[in-house]
Amino acid sequence: MELMLSLAIGVLTGSGIWLLLRPRTFQVIMGLSLLSYAVNLFMFSMGRLSIDREPVLVAGVPLNLLHYDDPIPQALVLTAIVIGFAMTALFLVVMMASRGLSGTDHVDGAESGE
Amino acid sequence: MSDFLSMLSRPLHPLSAHWVVAPILLPLFTGAMMLLMREERRRIKAAINIGSTFLGLLLSVALLLWVDDQGTVGSIGIYLPGNWQAPYGIVLAVDRLSAMMLVLASTVALGSVVFAAARWHRAGVHYHPLFQFQLMGLCGAFLTADLFNLFVFFEILLAASYGLLLHGSGRLRVKAGLHYIAINLGASSLFLIGVSMLYGVTGTLNMADLAQKIPLVADADRGLLHASAAILAVAFLAKAAIWPLNFWLVPAYSTATAPVGALFAIMSKVGIYTILRLWTLLFSAEAGASAAFGGHWLVAGGLATLAFGAIGMLGSQKLGNLAGFAVIVSSGTLLAAIGFGQTGLTAGALYYLLSSTLAASALFMLVDLVERWRNAGASIAPHELSDDAPFLSATLEYEAGMNLDDEEEILIGKAIPAATAFLGLGFMCCTLLLTGLPPLSGFVGKFAILSALLNPLGLGVAGGSAPGLAGWTLLVMLITSGLLGLIAMSRAGIRHFWAAHDRGVPQLRLAEGLPVAGLLLACMLLTVQAGSVMRYVQATADSLHTPASYIEAVMGAQPRLSPAAAAAPKATP
Repeated sequence: MELMLSLAIGVLTGSGIWLLLRPRTFQVIMGLSLLSYAVNLFMFSMGRLSIDREPVLVAGVPLNLLHYDDPIPQALVLTAIVIGFAMTALFLVVMMASRGLSGTDHVDGAESGE
Repeated sequence: MSDFLSMLSRPLHPLSAHWVVAPILLPLFTGAMMLLMREERRRIKAAINIGSTFLGLLLSVALLLWVDDQGTVGSIGIYLPGNWQAPYGIVLAVDRLSAMMLVLASTVALGSVVFAAARWHRAGVHYHPLFQFQLMGLCGAFLTADLFNLFVFFEILLAASYGLLLHGSGRLRVKAGLHYIAINLGASSLFLIGVSMLYGVTGTLNMADLAQKIPLVADADRGLLHASAAILAVAFLAKAAIWPLNFWLVPAYSTATAPVGALFAIMSKVGIYTILRLWTLLFSAEAGASAAFGGHWLVAGGLATLAFGAIGMLGSQKLGNLAGFAVIVSSGTLLAAIGFGQTGLTAGALYYLLSSTLAASALFMLVDLVERWRNAGASIAPHELSDDAPFLSATLEYEAGMNLDDEEEILIGKAIPAATAFLGLGFMCCTLLLTGLPPLSGFVGKFAILSALLNPLGLGVAGGSAPGLAGWTLLVMLITSGLLGLIAMSRAGIRHFWAAHDRGVPQLRLAEGLPVAGLLLACMLLTVQAGSVMRYVQATADSLHTPASYIEAVMGAQPRLSPAAAAAPKATP
């Protein structure tokens, strides 16, 4: 599981950064999205990976962290997802405004050849 | 005066803990209320905005006076919003540094909002609510005592700043805004990675708790800890505009409308504030093997930033860029001075922070007035006129009342005959302040840094260690950057003021001259009151470098029992 998760995070981060450095705004926003997925997965993994642990208190299970999942990373991820979603929406609006004003989807607002 | 000040802080005492949250709630409610009002009611909104910002300033001054209670070592106000004890719940804390930053932010904001109310708030929609949310993010970032809330307040601050940056629209702003947002989203990702790694290593996000846990981290995990701190630092350093990460700053700040640029003068200082706070707290002398981790990187980065800013100032053709590079110079100076980790230097840097932020803010507004005069009354630079504003749909077209030209001049204000003199004098003051020439506060700040470099033990005490290579480099670069800044500013001054024979008298409104004059007066007040301000920043630096009292205050804060629970005998959980 560790290998799977780290591979997934690695691939997402790598593709995200690659796309982020591309010259078109659509690629940039896709890159930012992939990067934020990678970050969210990474945050999950920082709460230690575990199988078969309860996320909330259950009757009959001893009250210590050996038997429960760490709730804090989940709270962090939830917040980060909400904020990331809002920021992506905002970025999309700015992107469209830029496209409308400059007539091109190049991040510099002008084709490099001109 | 002092009677009035003590009167201001006295009512805070009984309810002190609750006042800590007020600087966040005030802009939140004001902003939310203004969202409910129709966009046409700009005059009322402007009045509410100014009133609320002024109230916020009074509140922060009161908090500052309360925190700086001279009888005690330094009272620290703690507020537990969820009524949970420190490492588990959210904690807000106000100490000398937070209070100082709050006052600075409110001062700059007050100047900016008065300036905007004269004309700029009409250039687009929702200026006033965004402004208040920006203030809320700023105050929250200064007050929060745990890392994840810092992230949340950073995002509030950034979201509002995106809106403000695009205020007025136009091709240049959207282009600069696109880069600004993309870079900040990237930096936010780094922030999250750093925060979660730090959590993975230490199991806590409370700053004070982190400071206690860091000496306990196992040697095998120390590399991971340092990596997480470094990643976190990169996120803050991008905000603080350190050299390789600051290419977004000048286009963004100089294309933003003038009051927004003036408000943004405080934004890079948020990055500086968090670095200062976290670095002194997490990697203090008590941090064992991690003590002062990365200090030399701060110094090196600061010096590179200083050099870049100074060269940039020299190369600026536009006045707006000049102001943007002045912000970079001030960031570089601060980072380099803080990186030494000496109390004297930190104190000098804090004084310099106050002075340079106020001066940069004043310069952004002054630049707008000068440029408008140069463009014969046009409020929008000619290169921006050709573009359509994309956010103005049919219902939000430029109406008669939104006319930003001179025709409305008579209704709102009148030309002051001494306007040219005012602009010239203001520009001269900004030059003196930003280059650190006597007699204004820029000089006092730089002098404090230089004297702390040469005499770490204080003036007149022999036997301090020599500055060392980094120290000498900083000394030489501080003086050189001042010289380069002076050359750049006097060149700009000559071009804009002496070569102005056929341009007529500038049209200056009282509401636009007032904030510039006010910020410059605040700098003069800093100079006149240099003794007491230096005492305050020295006390701030002392408590920053011995964080035990901060940790104790945060960790020791007890939740309040409800009246019923307090009356009942102690129940077992």
